[in-house]
Amino acid sequence: MVVLEDSSEFQLEIDSVTMSFGGISALHDVSLSVEKGQIYSIIGPNGAGKTTLFNCISGMYRAQRGSIKFDGKELMRLKPPEIAHMGIARAFQNIELFQGMTVLDNLMSARGHLSHYGFLRAAIYLGKCRKEEIKSRDWVEEIIEFLDMQAIRKTPVAGLPYGLQKRVELGRALAMEPKLLLVDEPVSGMNIDETEDMARYLLDINEEMDITVVLVEHDMGLVMDLSDRVTVLNFGTKIAEGTPQEIANNPVVVQAYLGEAES
Amino acid sequence: MSGSYKVSYKEDMAIFQNLWVKVWLIIFIILAVFSPILLNRYQLSILNEMGIATIGALGLNLLIGYTGQLSLGHGAFLAIGAYTSALLTGKLGIPFFLSLPLSGLMASLLGLVVGIPSLRLKGLYLALGTLAFAFIVEYILFHWDLTQGDLGMAVKRIGIGDYVIRSQRQYFYLIMAFATFAVICTKNLDRSKIGRSFKAIRDRDIAAEAMGIPLAKYKVMAFGISAFYGGVAGCLMAHYNRWIVPGSFDISLSIAYIAMIIIGGLGTVLGSVLGAILITGVPHGIVYVVDLLKGDYPALSGFIIDFKLGIFGLIIVLTLLFEPKGLFGVYQRTKVYFKTWPFKY
Repeated sequence: MVVLEDSSEFQLEIDSVTMSFGGISALHDVSLSVEKGQIYSIIGPNGAGKTTLFNCISGMYRAQRGSIKFDGKELMRLKPPEIAHMGIARAFQNIELFQGMTVLDNLMSARGHLSHYGFLRAAIYLGKCRKEEIKSRDWVEEIIEFLDMQAIRKTPVAGLPYGLQKRVELGRALAMEPKLLLVDEPVSGMNIDETEDMARYLLDINEEMDITVVLVEHDMGLVMDLSDRVTVLNFGTKIAEGTPQEIANNPVVVQAYLGEAES
Repeated sequence: MSGSYKVSYKEDMAIFQNLWVKVWLIIFIILAVFSPILLNRYQLSILNEMGIATIGALGLNLLIGYTGQLSLGHGAFLAIGAYTSALLTGKLGIPFFLSLPLSGLMASLLGLVVGIPSLRLKGLYLALGTLAFAFIVEYILFHWDLTQGDLGMAVKRIGIGDYVIRSQRQYFYLIMAFATFAVICTKNLDRSKIGRSFKAIRDRDIAAEAMGIPLAKYKVMAFGISAFYGGVAGCLMAHYNRWIVPGSFDISLSIAYIAMIIIGGLGTVLGSVLGAILITGVPHGIVYVVDLLKGDYPALSGFIIDFKLGIFGLIIVLTLLFEPKGLFGVYQRTKVYFKTWPFKY
């Protein structure tokens, strides 16, 4: 366990978060801290509470107890848009894209709070509005290029294959110019090539764009290769934390995944 | 699909993307400028009705087609615009060029109030809420002394100084100017962050929130903007018909507007225009057919008049069955067909 000496080095601090739905405890006293610039993975069997934790961070669920701090500021009472404006972006597990819009519009739509003009200026569209739109478009095009989506720029999202939709999902989160990126199972249902592409994107996002990444993933190969640190959840409780190496050799983790060894 | 090559984002984001579109635009403008000379008064009056309907339909489409909030109360916003302007110009003597924006703002203000429940209500429940609002407005208009209920109100002519608009031709230029302005504004909203936020909320409201789009703000804003269009359309309608009764703004008007945007195409500017043209045009088309048949088949023409509403309904049902994307879908398919001709795809 890391000893918390100076909390300011952590970008995201989750402190004893507890969340239950009716009688079922989805998260119980979960604490973890993510340093700036890390790739931090959260793993665990199905129903362990990983996505619930993400929902608590991005403000969709309100935990009953505990505290979640981002850059030293408390997130617990904030609404999802306010949390997004602080620089926390999210790529969803089940694709939650705006199906009726093009890839370009999906990415642009995530930048609403970054372009400063009201509806009256928008209705006229000259001057400031156009300038801001072009600025946004510039940024979005960088991401489109980064994720190799040039060819599908103006394609409606609804018709795209699954792997590409996942990529658009990632792109939309990046369009927000986030400081922290929550990625929920980016490679579920993908083949080996697509998984490798995604791994490369995540590494580049972390290193070149200087974005902290928190990853929820079942693909152990990916988690072990990418992560700086890993936390394991089981039935809403944190059972282990450490480097990928430590986690792989932790008997408690092995037991949670594979069950008790028969003697 | 190939066809256009651009070197700047500004070009790529323009409304009129290539030379062809611009040529069509110029042809359209020339036709619009000269049509009052070519057409008779009756034909012009149809175009005027279409122009007013276009403004109202654009507003409703922003609410239903873009933001995905079902409203059965659009007629009430037209009523509010119409009566506001009638009272302002009639009782207070305020000139039209002031009463027009004021009637839009009045409708918009009440639109914001109606929009607040939309934060809690969705889909059919919201539709019922707006329907209740429409009934309240109708009730007030019927029973308030000032609006004279069933007797109706006479509305002043539109005048700026000594210049008073009297002929269909003058109305045509005025209404077309407003309709064109409304189309441009809507198109601009559509391609700005406002339109994208509206559509994001329609498609996936939870994800929209996580992307930093405040639901409450944009949902209420959609109601406000939509009601503004409605108010302006109502104001123009009042001054154009020069007589208003509460009955002409009842639920059937709201449904006619919903029909326009469904038949035209939800969530598109062109769809709103096409829908407004078709739905306004159909009754006149029916009258035309009836006139043609009156001499030879009097029984048949009577039959058509009896089933006017039925024919209306039939058009809507058939559109939903065969062309769910509306006239806009037909337009898109035709465009693709000619763009890729002679190849299939």
